[in-house]
Amino acid sequence: MSDIKIQNLTVQYLGMDEGEKALDDVSIDIKQGEFVAILGAHGAGKTTLCLSINGIVPNMIAADMYGNIEVAGQVPPKIPVRELATKVGSVFDNPEFQMSQLTVFEEVALGLQNLGVDKETIEKNISGALEMVGLKGFEERSPFEISGGQQQRLAMASALSMKPEILVLDEPTSNLDPIGKEEVFTVTRKINQEEGLTVVIAEHEVEVIAEFADTIILLEEGKISKAGTPQEVFPELVDIQRDIGVRVPQVTEFASKVPKKFGNSIPVTLGEAIEGFKK
Amino acid sequence: MSETTIKCNNLGHVYPNGVEAVKSVNVSISQGEVISVVGQNGSGKTTLVKHFNGLLKPTSGNVMVGDLDTLENSVGLLARSVGYVFQNPNHQIFAASVKEELSFGLKNIGLEGDEIEKKVNEVAEDFSLTQYLDLNPYRLGFSLRKTVGMASIIAMEPSVIILDEPTTGQDFLGVKAIRDSIHKLSDQGKTVIVVSHDMPLVAEETNRVLVMCDTELIFDDSPEKLFANKEVLSKTNLLPPQISSFSTQVKLGNTNDAILSVEDALGALK
Repeated sequence: MSDIKIQNLTVQYLGMDEGEKALDDVSIDIKQGEFVAILGAHGAGKTTLCLSINGIVPNMIAADMYGNIEVAGQVPPKIPVRELATKVGSVFDNPEFQMSQLTVFEEVALGLQNLGVDKETIEKNISGALEMVGLKGFEERSPFEISGGQQQRLAMASALSMKPEILVLDEPTSNLDPIGKEEVFTVTRKINQEEGLTVVIAEHEVEVIAEFADTIILLEEGKISKAGTPQEVFPELVDIQRDIGVRVPQVTEFASKVPKKFGNSIPVTLGEAIEGFKK
Repeated sequence: MSETTIKCNNLGHVYPNGVEAVKSVNVSISQGEVISVVGQNGSGKTTLVKHFNGLLKPTSGNVMVGDLDTLENSVGLLARSVGYVFQNPNHQIFAASVKEELSFGLKNIGLEGDEIEKKVNEVAEDFSLTQYLDLNPYRLGFSLRKTVGMASIIAMEPSVIILDEPTTGQDFLGVKAIRDSIHKLSDQGKTVIVVSHDMPLVAEETNRVLVMCDTELIFDDSPEKLFANKEVLSKTNLLPPQISSFSTQVKLGNTNDAILSVEDALGALK
């Protein structure tokens, strides 16, 4: 059984020129518990893919959608976004835009209240979600007076309070400082490994992706141009970084210039590189 | 182009709410240097650089921009020699078209009709913005909008340019374009001051690094020295570029100067 099943998905926003497509004939299967990273330049279709999985496209952002998409047994275009949010949690690049309440507790409570969940369950879910992202004790703080990394973890807690099976993160760290990035990546990995959630993340931090991801999907002009493990994909990208608008980890670039020093096995993480290097 | 040296003498800044953000900083930046300012959020780095063009005024000590004391001169006047490109272009951009945005500063510094037109076209060409001149900047994507913010400052030809987190939210091509601009500005003899968390950028594009930690300037030397300095790195939680960490671990190159780029590492193998 696969958790996210996408077949021949094509998305065209209203107002796009004939022939111009945000996603172009994309097919992927993502299994329950998989950690999938979407890489690509600005405009390659990363956001559209994320928003198709959580149903925001086409339910809230109008677009023509062709092909099949099934997410946790649901067909996103056919059910309301807030209902799908109990299966798919979403985190975006600018956490501040997601905040609206006076306290951290109320912020997390908002989604559950909108679903009409009873008070006891709300409190239990919130407590669990804040625990998971390391924000226990922040309940009465203002969402606007905490750091960027904490805000983004709060956005994650809001998503997690709905007990989703899948978490979709669209460039969650691009506006954070290094400590904030680290916090968000650590929590994301924990949610994936300890809670077994499927993670789909669009991200530019390739060094981290190389450590965490089971699968990398490379998008180019709306099409999937490569897919596979970081070990399979990154070495193939070294010579086309500029064309695809995606960097590879520095150790991968280095090793691919001197493969013999690495016994012809190209590393993608710092650990692999240190271990494989033969001076 | 005029020569502008920036000199901070025992610069201190306490915000009106009583928070001390910068404590007795002494630093001198000469014309033509390419410098980065690094440190965690809240370390005082943005407060420090906002003194370089008078956006903030010292609450103790003083800052000289060329022969102007920032305490006695307006931001308007100082901005002619020191341009500040904001991290978030949305905080800077307000005009209805890219052309107007690029013209605004030029009008303010007293250029007129034809001169403005000529300068706008020149800078638009330089930053590949010609095709967008008539568009509303908010119709452009974030990284192009960031380019507009940068171009509008550079159009005024300040001798010093401050770039606040220029690569945040940029993809590979956006980062490449910003790195190219830094080269170009440096070739023109301008001083470039980059505030950044992007350590590969700091390592590869700048010659001197100022490290702020907890309101104080704790390091002022080359990136080679910084990324080889375990004490400063651990105190400030700065993560060196991956290739620097790799080289240190496998003892590639010498121990006092860190490897800064893949090219350096390849060179050290020979």
